[in-house]
Amino acid sequence: MIGLGAVYVLAGLIFGAIAMMSVLDTSNTKRWINGLFWGLFAASFLFGDVLGDFGNGLLVLAMVVLAGIVGLGVGRPVTTESAARRQSAALLGNKLFLVALTVPIVTVLGSLTLRYVPSGRGVPLFEPAQVTLIAFGSSVIVALILARVVLRQTLAAAFQEGRRLLDLLGWASLLPQMLAALGAVFALAGLGTAVGDLAAQAIPSDSRFAAVAAYTVGMALFTAIMGNAFAAFPVMTAGIGLPLIVMRYGGDPTVMSAIGMLSGFCGTLTTPMAANFNLVPVALLGIEDRYAVIKAQIPTAIVLLAVNTVLMYALVFR
Amino acid sequence: MLTLLGVAVVVAGFAARINPLLVVAAAAIVTGLAGGLDLIQVIAAFGKAFNDNRFISLAWLVLPVIGALERAGLQERARDFITGLKAMTMFRILALYMLIRQVAVAIGLTSLGGQASMVRPLIAPMAEAAAEAEFGSLSAGKHDAIRAQAAAAENVGLFFGEDIFIAIGSILLIKGFLEQNGIIVEPLQLSLWAIPTAIAAYIIHAVRLFYFQRKLARDTQTQQREKAPA
Repeated sequence: MIGLGAVYVLAGLIFGAIAMMSVLDTSNTKRWINGLFWGLFAASFLFGDVLGDFGNGLLVLAMVVLAGIVGLGVGRPVTTESAARRQSAALLGNKLFLVALTVPIVTVLGSLTLRYVPSGRGVPLFEPAQVTLIAFGSSVIVALILARVVLRQTLAAAFQEGRRLLDLLGWASLLPQMLAALGAVFALAGLGTAVGDLAAQAIPSDSRFAAVAAYTVGMALFTAIMGNAFAAFPVMTAGIGLPLIVMRYGGDPTVMSAIGMLSGFCGTLTTPMAANFNLVPVALLGIEDRYAVIKAQIPTAIVLLAVNTVLMYALVFR
Repeated sequence: MLTLLGVAVVVAGFAARINPLLVVAAAAIVTGLAGGLDLIQVIAAFGKAFNDNRFISLAWLVLPVIGALERAGLQERARDFITGLKAMTMFRILALYMLIRQVAVAIGLTSLGGQASMVRPLIAPMAEAAAEAEFGSLSAGKHDAIRAQAAAAENVGLFFGEDIFIAIGSILLIKGFLEQNGIIVEPLQLSLWAIPTAIAAYIIHAVRLFYFQRKLARDTQTQQREKAPA
């Protein structure tokens, strides 16, 4: 059965190639640092399962030291200038959009169909639980082939351009995975219970509206701390939602949960802890201010949280 | 209560704009130590969690594809395409993208978008090109502001569309958690009750985009007046 392991091997090989290209880029004074950093990324994908927990811990700490203290350089792969790009754009026209949409479309099609592909041995060929990521990995391969055939971009050129974008991301490339790992350590140390106890003590429980507001605002705040609403939901719902809104005031758990989760998402809009949504785009788009995306989202988050609170109050006690 | 120290490290570190990787590593170590683990155990726990979450970094596999497309002129093509459509203002591009994103996600097509695969190569250049076609050349700060709005439109569309789809992770998490507490809920009911918030989110953010467009128009007008001699 083809599973996530195969996609990890693909990732390991691509990161490995980018690591080697980094080392060979003599225009970058920190080429060995960059090479080592992307090389460790490759090693994590290729050998993560045999390194052991402590080995993986040392690997990630080494990456943190390289990107956070030593500092990564920015490679200068040979790329095309804007005149050449405009010429190429005129020549290729809408074929560019066709290739650009390959990754999303093949991923969607694959995630809908791959689970039904038989292996001939009575089990599915692709691990059903992982079809989306397998489809995504396959879509990248299809797109790279189309880039070669339709756009005449060699694989080496694609990897060099990929390196250009990865160097643009720099430390931000590691942050989403680091934050997910931090969430796991938070959970292991019992942070959820600690916050739940704290919230339960601080809640004024004398009115329906106070209970609803405590739940929605609590979801948003705790989500902002944890970086995702999934960690906040069980804690807040067990601490405030079920005992107060459902048990004491007879609210509807379905309405409460649906709007409660979305109140958490308001918190996600405001926090650097949700790095892949809020910090990674800043790096990807080359924006000066690290918190520019968060600042663009905060007013929406605040107004929507207020709307959610009113909505829940109006709908949950029907 | 000591475990909350890790949260304090995160808040202080991000506020002081220290490198986030150092902040996260320090927070993990502080939290683990405060939670009663020794240093070796903390490193191992963090290493295990890091390894278990490798799938998150798979997202970067798309970068060689995006890079090759940019090399072949995708951003230039996106700009030309939008400048050709006179009716496409920056506000309309971002509001339309947010709508398509939200509806697609609501019917389960979550992969049709993303910061790396749509916003950087297509949506942000289109929004910038439309603004330039309308208002003339823009300062670097204005370009940054439009890019940030493009990223925000993607996030709002994604976040407040996904809970309408019944098989999304958060719906399944709610169902599972409530079941553990002896409450049986239908995923379809959960997704229906996500619709009012989804509509509110779209309206709120679209209105804000509209005012952003108006502000951009006003700012560039004042700039032009200042430049022109009286």
